[in-house]
Amino acid sequence: MKMEPFVRTEMLSEQPAPLGETGVLKWMRENLFSSILNSIISILALVAIILAFMVLMSWAMQPSWASTSLSQCQDDPAITGACWGVINNRFNQLMFGFYPRVEQWRPTLAFILMLVAVAPVLFNNLPRKMMWFSVVYPFLAVILLWGGTIWGPLLVLAGFAIGFILFKVLFGIVGNLAAMLIAVFATLLWWLYGVSMVAEVLSGIIPIGLEPIESSKFGGFMLSITIGVSGIALSLPIGIMLALGRQSDMFIIKTLSVGFIELIRGVPLITLLFVASVLLNFFLPPGTDFDLILRVIIMVTIFASAYMAEVIRGGLAALPSGQYEAADALGLDYWQSMRLIIMPQALKISIPGIVGNFIGLFKDTTLVSIIGLLDPVGLIVTIQGSSDWNGIVWELFLFVAMMFWIFTFTMSRYSMYLENKLKTTH
Amino acid sequence: MAMADQPAGKSFRLSMLLYDTRYRSITIQVIMLALFAYGVYWLLGNMYSNLDDLGKKPDFSFLSTPAGYDINQRLIEYTSQSTNGRAWLVGLLNTLLVAFLGCILATIIGVSVGVMRLSKNWIVARLMTVYIEIFRNIPVLIIIVFAMSIFIKFFPQPKAFRGDDATASMYLWDSVALTNRGWYIPKPIFENGSMIVVVTFLLSILGIFIFGKWAKKRQEATGDILPTFWIKLAIFFLPAVVVYFIMGQPIGLEQPELKGFNFKGGIHMRNSLISLWLALSLYTAAFIAEAVRAGIMAIDKGQTEAAAALGLRPKRVMNLVVLPQALRVIIPPLISQYLNLTKNSSLAIAVGYMDLTGTLGGITLNQTGRALESILLLMITYLAISLSISMVMNVYNNSVKLKER
Amino acid sequence: MKKSVLLGTIAAVGVMAGVASAGTLDDVKANGVLKCGVSTGLVGFAAPDANGNWEGFDVGICRAVAAAVLGDSDAVQFVPLSSKVRFTALSSGEIDMLARNTTWTFSRDVDLGFTFTGVNYYDGQGFMVRKDLGVASATELDGATICITTGTTTELNLADYFRVNGMSYEPVPIETNAEAQQQYLSGACDVFTTDASALAATRATFENPDEHMLLPEIVSKEPLGPLVREGDEPWGDIVRWTLNALITAEELGVTQANVAEMAKGTDNPEINRMLGSEGDLGGMLGLDSDWAVRVIAAGGNYGELFESNIGETSVIGLSRGLNALWTQGGLIYTPPFR
Repeated sequence: MKMEPFVRTEMLSEQPAPLGETGVLKWMRENLFSSILNSIISILALVAIILAFMVLMSWAMQPSWASTSLSQCQDDPAITGACWGVINNRFNQLMFGFYPRVEQWRPTLAFILMLVAVAPVLFNNLPRKMMWFSVVYPFLAVILLWGGTIWGPLLVLAGFAIGFILFKVLFGIVGNLAAMLIAVFATLLWWLYGVSMVAEVLSGIIPIGLEPIESSKFGGFMLSITIGVSGIALSLPIGIMLALGRQSDMFIIKTLSVGFIELIRGVPLITLLFVASVLLNFFLPPGTDFDLILRVIIMVTIFASAYMAEVIRGGLAALPSGQYEAADALGLDYWQSMRLIIMPQALKISIPGIVGNFIGLFKDTTLVSIIGLLDPVGLIVTIQGSSDWNGIVWELFLFVAMMFWIFTFTMSRYSMYLENKLKTTH
Repeated sequence: MAMADQPAGKSFRLSMLLYDTRYRSITIQVIMLALFAYGVYWLLGNMYSNLDDLGKKPDFSFLSTPAGYDINQRLIEYTSQSTNGRAWLVGLLNTLLVAFLGCILATIIGVSVGVMRLSKNWIVARLMTVYIEIFRNIPVLIIIVFAMSIFIKFFPQPKAFRGDDATASMYLWDSVALTNRGWYIPKPIFENGSMIVVVTFLLSILGIFIFGKWAKKRQEATGDILPTFWIKLAIFFLPAVVVYFIMGQPIGLEQPELKGFNFKGGIHMRNSLISLWLALSLYTAAFIAEAVRAGIMAIDKGQTEAAAALGLRPKRVMNLVVLPQALRVIIPPLISQYLNLTKNSSLAIAVGYMDLTGTLGGITLNQTGRALESILLLMITYLAISLSISMVMNVYNNSVKLKER
Repeated sequence: MKKSVLLGTIAAVGVMAGVASAGTLDDVKANGVLKCGVSTGLVGFAAPDANGNWEGFDVGICRAVAAAVLGDSDAVQFVPLSSKVRFTALSSGEIDMLARNTTWTFSRDVDLGFTFTGVNYYDGQGFMVRKDLGVASATELDGATICITTGTTTELNLADYFRVNGMSYEPVPIETNAEAQQQYLSGACDVFTTDASALAATRATFENPDEHMLLPEIVSKEPLGPLVREGDEPWGDIVRWTLNALITAEELGVTQANVAEMAKGTDNPEINRMLGSEGDLGGMLGLDSDWAVRVIAAGGNYGELFESNIGETSVIGLSRGLNALWTQGGLIYTPPFR
């Protein structure tokens, strides 16, 4: 009998992988139950998570949103856990502090415009023209938040234009450095003496402005954001100067920069806030009277610029030295090479670090509650001090912590996204 | 940038100060120095004229006057009749204590979390990520105050331990009491002869080091691998325990006991210390964990694979190849986290822990009204602490650098 | 008014630049608002409600001064201050007056350079305990854990009291009243000590006030009152006599309800002098003649302020005690309006 050799004439169709080797099962076996020890840990962890979740939920899920005082919650038999009425009742205060209700559109608008202003910095596929708005935004925000005549901020803005024009005009006559010195000096003079005089005259003639709001009315998250954002924004130019100073080969400038940076980084922020709350007025001319929030912004700016300088120094150090040499080879002078070649690249590398700085600073704004400002943490104590909400603890803490978490988590995710993007381009 | 395009020896003109690169930097520096000096002069001048208006003068004599207030946690002798200067010292020691404890705990938690985050167990890795993301993104002040509230609300009062129907009980054979006023743990009491036990103990620690060196040498020479861990453990405990019994048990434990309003005896770790300690550790650990993870990830996969190809077991790959390299990446951020923890310990004031900010910058400042002097001293003290830590960091960085070839 | 012009952007944004030496009265008038330092939140004395309106006994004093000087009891900017910063806020000119249950002591008056303008509440440091603690007197508190609010005279008094009586204690220093209350209620301390008025105010807000009691000992004298910077007598006079007007009004039966009526003239010459229908006391203060009418119309006289904020009809439920008028056996007494 002749055996036909077995020859398969058609391809076998692909078989599904064994049940234990695909999909959820395989994933579970590899990631949860790869060994006995692992299985035990997984099961224990799972049980713990579920238990914690259930306890938390049974506490948090309460029909207490509408109650207007803690005693109302305690008297209501349907409420056995959290009394969320306090959030409902004081939501406005936690967001805006004592900012007048009818004017609250202003901080809201300022916040939305802030997102627009930082967008071109954060996402570089947006049109570069938007940068102009970012430049103007700080002045707009000041007008919106504090109100008063619009001329003050506008004239301060005009100072930049004056300096720039002076520089351009003088550049041809006396050269680079002298022109710069004169322009800076003239701008400072304008800010110190010109602005207040002209503003007074102008607001006398054309009184345009919003109703002024004292900063003592600021509070809640609006205060945290105001302090955090102005601290970072103001510290950016100072930080750049300090970073350049630290890199400089001029001995005195380097020493001063290093001294300042190390001094500020060596002390806790709270001591600087004590300075703001207690001492700063001693160091200003007799009779000068900044209010506490402005003093805090000044000290926070000083604090942040030391850290900013270190971030930017990192960015400068990360640039290959070829960039510096190429700039020199092109015959650019120091400021030109910084402005055109070095800084644009160094700043771009530094953005994740700057965002990280901002996250840190934003979290640190809670410290102002220790010197008696009513930021969200400070408001917790104030709310506990009112007779309606005397004795409430967890609801407020959880709410405030969650709000902070949402803000900072979003920013840290962005910073990670950016880092990844920068990594691929290099 | 010495681009001397002018031949030397040419007569000096004033405009060269601005346009000649040889002189320009000097000009700029002189201007800066003058501005700086003027700024300092301006600030100090304002300060003096302001103080004059109030009829005050900077005066540090308050440091030698009686403080008048009591401090609950004191590592050195202190009563309300001690001086403000002594209160400052008590505060400084308390700051250093919480910073030291915090750094240790934060490192332990941070390293474990960082390693576990790379675990193959999905749930564990995820849990660690959740921990890191939660604690990193919440202000540390809130964590501290929150921890304090938990201690106050959820731990039993000392009263609950009393009577027949006590609702709370002590742990570990009645030696540890966890109350909402803090934790009471046994305190070792050193009697006659205890010195010998302590010395033996110290000697055996020295012995461990010597043994470790010897074992390593032996391994390099002969290839034998000793079960070093168990031998070290034995050296650690055995001699001290033997001497302890030979000397007739000279070290006793003072157990905390409920007397009057509170537990008496033992060591009282106040809940302000514990909540500050735990909160700072948990917060800082989240950052340390990230640093550890980054350090381990920074080691090229080829290193692990090469080590495995040499036949090393996973544990040895970690100990001999990955960790020594990763440490070099991890340590600098680790130390800067220690620095942050120390500075953040100034938030003690929020829970009433009597650290530097609480004594010198808090009650002393309040009761004497010497704000300028107190805050100045406060900042200088913190600066000294920070600079010492940075100095350690620099020394370490240099020593690591030397090993790089 | 000298203008000090300030640096940079922030400066240009309408920071008010005033000069302390020009006289606080002129500054307040120029600003159109009285900056008054108050507590960050103490029920009955100063706390903001949900709309951010401040109310309380100390707040009432601020409003009365604003009514006298500016004619508007709402023209007050309340600056909440922790006990740490209250004195520097006053001496640096950040606030015009401080009404934050502050004890009048020698060193504060002399060394820190303030002028106390009177006493609006006679207080003393007391102790609050749970009834089931089984303590009837402060002398039985040896070894107790005691919650104190820091930055006040309280902690010094406490140290003295226990040292003199040869007792030991465990101090738990706390920044704010609200936190101290939390700790006390959950049993983290056996005793809560502060001014007896604040203790009573705190006790009143408890869920079960009857479970707590104040010990009979009052271990210190705590005369609380508003204060101003030293060296500005005209301004100190205004605050002092505003307080005196409130007290005198109670003594003479002038109330919020009848003050407008009485201002037209009565047969009591002192009322007439005070309310300005006779003589020119207001002019001597640098104010107009019906300043006291506004003061009383703002929130009522001393007694009415007391009753509505901290008195027996309010949630706090304090009895007048030492703070009754001298005619009724208390210590509240003023010099005459003459």
